[in-house]
Amino acid sequence: MIDAVGNPQSLLLLGGTSDIALATAERYARERPLRIVLAARPSDRLEAAAERLRETGSTVTTVPFDARKPETHAETLDKAFGEGDIDISIVAFGMLGDQEELWTDVTAAQEMAEINYVAPVTVGVLLAEHLRKQGHGHIVALSSVAGERVRRSNFAYGSAKAGMDGFYTGLTEALRPSGIKVTVVRPGHVKSKMTEGLKEAPLAQTPEQVAEIVVNSVRKGKELVWAPAQFRYVMSVLRHLPRAVFRRLPF
Amino acid sequence: MLTGWGRTAPTMADVISTPDVETIARAVREAGPRGVIARGLGRSYGDPAQNAGGTVIDMTALDRIHTIDVDNAAIDVDAGVSLDTLMRRLLPHGLWLPVLPGTRQVTVGGAIGADIHGKNHHSQGSFGSHVISLDLLTADGEVRTLTPDGDSPELFWATVGGMGMTGIVVRATIRLKRVETAYFVVDNIQTRNLDELLEHFTDGSDEDYVYSVAWFDSLARGDRMGRALLTRGNPATLDELPKKLRKNPLGFDAPQLMTAPPIFPNGLVNKYTITAFNEVWYRKAPTKYGSVQNITQFFHPLDLVGEWNRVYGSNGFLQYQFMVPFGQERMFRRSIDKISASGHVSFLNVLKTFGPGNAAPMSFPDKGWTLTVDIPVTPGLDRLCRELDEMVLEADGRLYLAKESRTTPEMIERMYPRIDEWRKTRAAVDPEGIFRSDLARRLNL
Repeated sequence: MIDAVGNPQSLLLLGGTSDIALATAERYARERPLRIVLAARPSDRLEAAAERLRETGSTVTTVPFDARKPETHAETLDKAFGEGDIDISIVAFGMLGDQEELWTDVTAAQEMAEINYVAPVTVGVLLAEHLRKQGHGHIVALSSVAGERVRRSNFAYGSAKAGMDGFYTGLTEALRPSGIKVTVVRPGHVKSKMTEGLKEAPLAQTPEQVAEIVVNSVRKGKELVWAPAQFRYVMSVLRHLPRAVFRRLPF
Repeated sequence: MLTGWGRTAPTMADVISTPDVETIARAVREAGPRGVIARGLGRSYGDPAQNAGGTVIDMTALDRIHTIDVDNAAIDVDAGVSLDTLMRRLLPHGLWLPVLPGTRQVTVGGAIGADIHGKNHHSQGSFGSHVISLDLLTADGEVRTLTPDGDSPELFWATVGGMGMTGIVVRATIRLKRVETAYFVVDNIQTRNLDELLEHFTDGSDEDYVYSVAWFDSLARGDRMGRALLTRGNPATLDELPKKLRKNPLGFDAPQLMTAPPIFPNGLVNKYTITAFNEVWYRKAPTKYGSVQNITQFFHPLDLVGEWNRVYGSNGFLQYQFMVPFGQERMFRRSIDKISASGHVSFLNVLKTFGPGNAAPMSFPDKGWTLTVDIPVTPGLDRLCRELDEMVLEADGRLYLAKESRTTPEMIERMYPRIDEWRKTRAAVDPEGIFRSDLARRLNL
């Protein structure tokens, strides 16, 4: 249960090796040890992440989760919720890929769309079902500013994020009568394993900075936030630029 | 969506409201995996009367008064009746409830479940000590009549202070006090600091009063730290009343002026507003002996304004109440110092002494000091409370579950050394754990 001052007792990270998700879990665990379920494909990286979180005094378990196999998602979530109530579920998995390949190679494009759009949707449906049953809970969906107005340089990735952003924004409303909260987070460039080797974009953030925003937003019950917060205004301008101008921007 | 009086941590449940015990019993027998919990008037600050994803029985519909036994000073009532209603019905008979908390808006069932106390704890004990018998609807759907020394006293005492986890109290018989009037003869003492206050509490003078409580200024620092108003009183006899009141000495005199509208912004309760309020509150009550006060003046000044919890804004607030045994005055002083220095602003600050506790393993009051503060939820509040938790634990004290909304299972486990005995009784009568609340989930009761 989330208590009167906003401390959760349990977390589920979907994308259990995501840098942002792990930084968020660490941020919570530093305040007060809790029960953490990491859902990801089994790997050394996952085990190492679990081990690191255990050092905070938290109880950490792992559940196998493969975003590309939607037919297995129900089982994954049954297992994750089988150990007890989940207060905060973070939908953090995703892939970036080679942006040119993503619109020229059918296989690559399909894989990206499955991971970044189809899986968040199936997971979202299942999360909603579990949370309505338990009568409380909070979903955090990691979207991206890339989905707010897609641009030439990463439009395939951006289009999938736009779709998942729309789904979770709508889910916020659909779950409101059930008392379940949803927070959609739109980070800009985050210096993580996903963006390794890429040129750093303006307003770049560390996973820890995004984690701080996630924790504060959940505590305050905010439903849509940008990371950093200034992106809200930047994107608001970019969204309204005429195409002819937008096209010429240097990013 | 349900919350407690602190308006924090809302969760969703199916709410059933019915005056029919058989319907409640059916809901218990057919309970789903998320279980059932009873809810009274929702005055607990945290989450004991919520049950996320499960069933909540709104007990206020079960509100019949069965018999008032004037000769033996006892009353047989349904558990959903409020103490407010009881007082109104009892006063014409010259009868009075043995224990009244800071609000009259609690049900008899809630009073038993939280084993509530009032400003007369040092002289009368808690509510559970005045229960002659109670009818408990248990997990098997049957209703059992329990008494403090009958066939299963352990279940009776596990229910007193058991926060609804043993079953649903559907009816109870309560022993009453007799009074000649509905008024009180009150002595007010203004003290300059905490030392002076503790001195009054411990010099033996408290024994002359049935009721005794102190309000203290949580923001005063230095040698004024803990400056306070000590209010002590006794039920007024007929000849102590001024002439005007003698015409209707047992009239229920408890005015409510207004209901707070739901428009208060967060942050209205802050250092500046409360410093000003405290100054006025302190100064308006100079030391004065022998004044005659009505029920609202003496017992429930906050009931003057209905729904006063709205004043804290939408973030809600929490109430922190603990007790520590006598001899822990140093810790007591340090805790007040810590609260005053924290920058968190408390509005309702109450200090009093408790008399001996009763046989209930989860009952809160016991011989010692108790302190209550209520604080709007702002960043950093959790840290202050955690530090206080540690101090309370170290001083062999405990937190009050009816107020609790944020501590850890480990803390409660260590503060209530008889919790395992209570769990055993509970497991015997409810092996599948049908009775569940958010509080129980959060604290792993």
